[in-house]
Amino acid sequence: MIPGLKRLIPIVILLTVPVVGCHSLSKQNKAVTFWAMGQEGKHLETLLVKFARLHPEIPVKIQRIPWSSAHEKLLTAFAGQSTPDICQLGNTWIAEFESMGALTPLDSFVLGSPVVRSSNFFSGIWQTNVIHKKLYGIPWYVDTRVLFYRKDLLAKVGYRNPPTTWREWAEVSKRIKRASPPNEGNFANYFPLAHNNPYVPVILIMENEGRFLKKNKCYGAFEDPNTVKALQFYVDFFKNGWAPKNMSRVSNIYQGFQAGFFSMFISGPWDINEIRERVPSLRNKWGTAPMPKGKKSVSVAGGASLVIFKSSKRKSEAWKVIEFLSRSETQTDFFKLTRDLPAVRKAWSDSSILSDPQIRAFREQLETVQPTPKLAEWEQIASKMQEYLEKVIYGRMTLKQAVIDLDRDVDRILEKRRWLLSQNLLPE
Amino acid sequence: MKKTYQIAYIFLAPALLTLTVFFFLPVLAALGMSFTDFDIYSIGNLARTRFVFLQNYQHLLHDPLFWKSLLNTAYFVLVAGPLTIFVSLFTAMALQSSLLRFKSFFRLAFFLPVITNLVAIAVVWRYLYHPRFGLLNYILALFHCGPIDWLGNPHWAMPALILLATWKNFGYFMMIYIAGLQTIPGELYEASSLDGANWWRQQWHVTVPLLAPTTLLVTIMTVVGYLQFFAEPYIMTQGGPLNATLSVVLYLYDQGFRWWKMGYSASIAFVLFSVVFLAAVLQLYLGKRREAWG
Repeated sequence: MIPGLKRLIPIVILLTVPVVGCHSLSKQNKAVTFWAMGQEGKHLETLLVKFARLHPEIPVKIQRIPWSSAHEKLLTAFAGQSTPDICQLGNTWIAEFESMGALTPLDSFVLGSPVVRSSNFFSGIWQTNVIHKKLYGIPWYVDTRVLFYRKDLLAKVGYRNPPTTWREWAEVSKRIKRASPPNEGNFANYFPLAHNNPYVPVILIMENEGRFLKKNKCYGAFEDPNTVKALQFYVDFFKNGWAPKNMSRVSNIYQGFQAGFFSMFISGPWDINEIRERVPSLRNKWGTAPMPKGKKSVSVAGGASLVIFKSSKRKSEAWKVIEFLSRSETQTDFFKLTRDLPAVRKAWSDSSILSDPQIRAFREQLETVQPTPKLAEWEQIASKMQEYLEKVIYGRMTLKQAVIDLDRDVDRILEKRRWLLSQNLLPE
Repeated sequence: MKKTYQIAYIFLAPALLTLTVFFFLPVLAALGMSFTDFDIYSIGNLARTRFVFLQNYQHLLHDPLFWKSLLNTAYFVLVAGPLTIFVSLFTAMALQSSLLRFKSFFRLAFFLPVITNLVAIAVVWRYLYHPRFGLLNYILALFHCGPIDWLGNPHWAMPALILLATWKNFGYFMMIYIAGLQTIPGELYEASSLDGANWWRQQWHVTVPLLAPTTLLVTIMTVVGYLQFFAEPYIMTQGGPLNATLSVVLYLYDQGFRWWKMGYSASIAFVLFSVVFLAAVLQLYLGKRREAWG
């Protein structure tokens, strides 16, 4: 019929074959593939030099992916069945990837391992990897959030020590605000209001023993009185002018911290180095402290774990790599390279960590960290909460109304989860 | 006769094939997806997907954030669109005028923002908009105005982005207008000046009518482009404060790629598609009608 078309067909076939062929070729490659993000990826090669000597039969192929696109990339890889053997996974993501059935349970590996034992790790961090009573990741490094404060500015208003309770925290904030020159309008605290950064209210709710969800994590529970009280405490910082509500005012937190625009903020271990490097003039003028106590002093369990993907063909080799990275010596080396805090307790006995006064608060806080609720929808729920809190802070709505609306929205977000549970499509 | 058609099809085949595989099929798949609740759970196991038919669209009707994003986008298109067209036409006319020197320098300077990466631009503009150290507030202070918290205030965030988008995009349309201006024969100006028309009347009776086809093209391009307003709020404000800069595409992106609600996200995409389609058809229709009168 169309003479040219017949000739086109083999060309089309020839063009599609290499695409299919590549896929099967990569499977024959013997190396264990390891995806790592950010600076961990940068230093992993150095860290694994020793491993290559110990296990020359297990070559490891490292691929670095940037944090900003990591989540998308991993999901796409999973959908396209091209996941790596090992991957570094932020431990708030584990629930999500587990719910897709992407991860291998590691319990049997741990059972036979002389190196990896749950008691070696911080329990709150270990718990972030346990979902439906099965273990899906081994903590690699940990982080949590603590209070960063300006020693000199707090001393100026009569506080030689950082606040240890919510009441002291409010009091010191009030004094700093009162002492600030009226024109410059300095604030006592800085809390980011971006919707993707809701950790401060989350920590405060945990500290006040409030609830986020109820009924097997199927419904919102933000109307819980303890939760509301914690959120009220948070909102009051903005209402009293103890924290700026316009995040754009703080385009660079280190500059703001140096200028005394705010004297306290809550952040993770990465900011220790950032402050040292970016504002060296602040030396000895700042410190870190565990979160001021509500009912107790708690913070979120953060950091990253190592997981093995279900599709991996080299699980036992991959486990060897994880075992190596979990040794306390390796963990110490890792700290020296990246300044990431070790997940293994024993690694903290190294003098390079112990001698650092600013890391001490993290060591203390890590004993009392809690994981955020482990479900795939968590980040969306937390972001929704922040969206409503922003409305309250801007005076568009009362907190009482906000938690009612928030619970309604959360119930809607969790509709799919309820259906999956009712159909037994999701383990309890 | 028939033979020529066959040959034409063969030449068209590669393009049609690529279009089918990379455009029509994905669009069809997305349309199908918009009738399901495909989400993060479905990626691992397709049994976890429900066919919900029009429910996504129904939810969309009752979703206050979607309406908010639609209104924000309309605000942006209605203000930034005319502004961009006006500024680009104005600069194009200025650059065509015989009074100006260093024309190629200005042409290059005005075109530079178009080809500069928005991320780099955002860094600079965030400083310009800074409430304490920003240049804009410094200038305002000279006139005893301000300070305005440009990106932090829900009322000012959108105007700030409109200004940024206009500055970034007008150079492109200016180039199109310059091309349009160069097609206008010089005799028309000579003739009209002999008839006693001053500069203003020349512009109004010669330049503007003869540029009508160019203006139609530029209008359709800005409206279609601006309806898909995304990168500026994504980089500068993440849709905040108080969702004042949340655009439809940003909302679609959040639903689809942050929360992986692909089904819902696809339904937003199709609503946006209809809006863009209707807007383009309406403009073409109005343009044609004008031409018929012309």
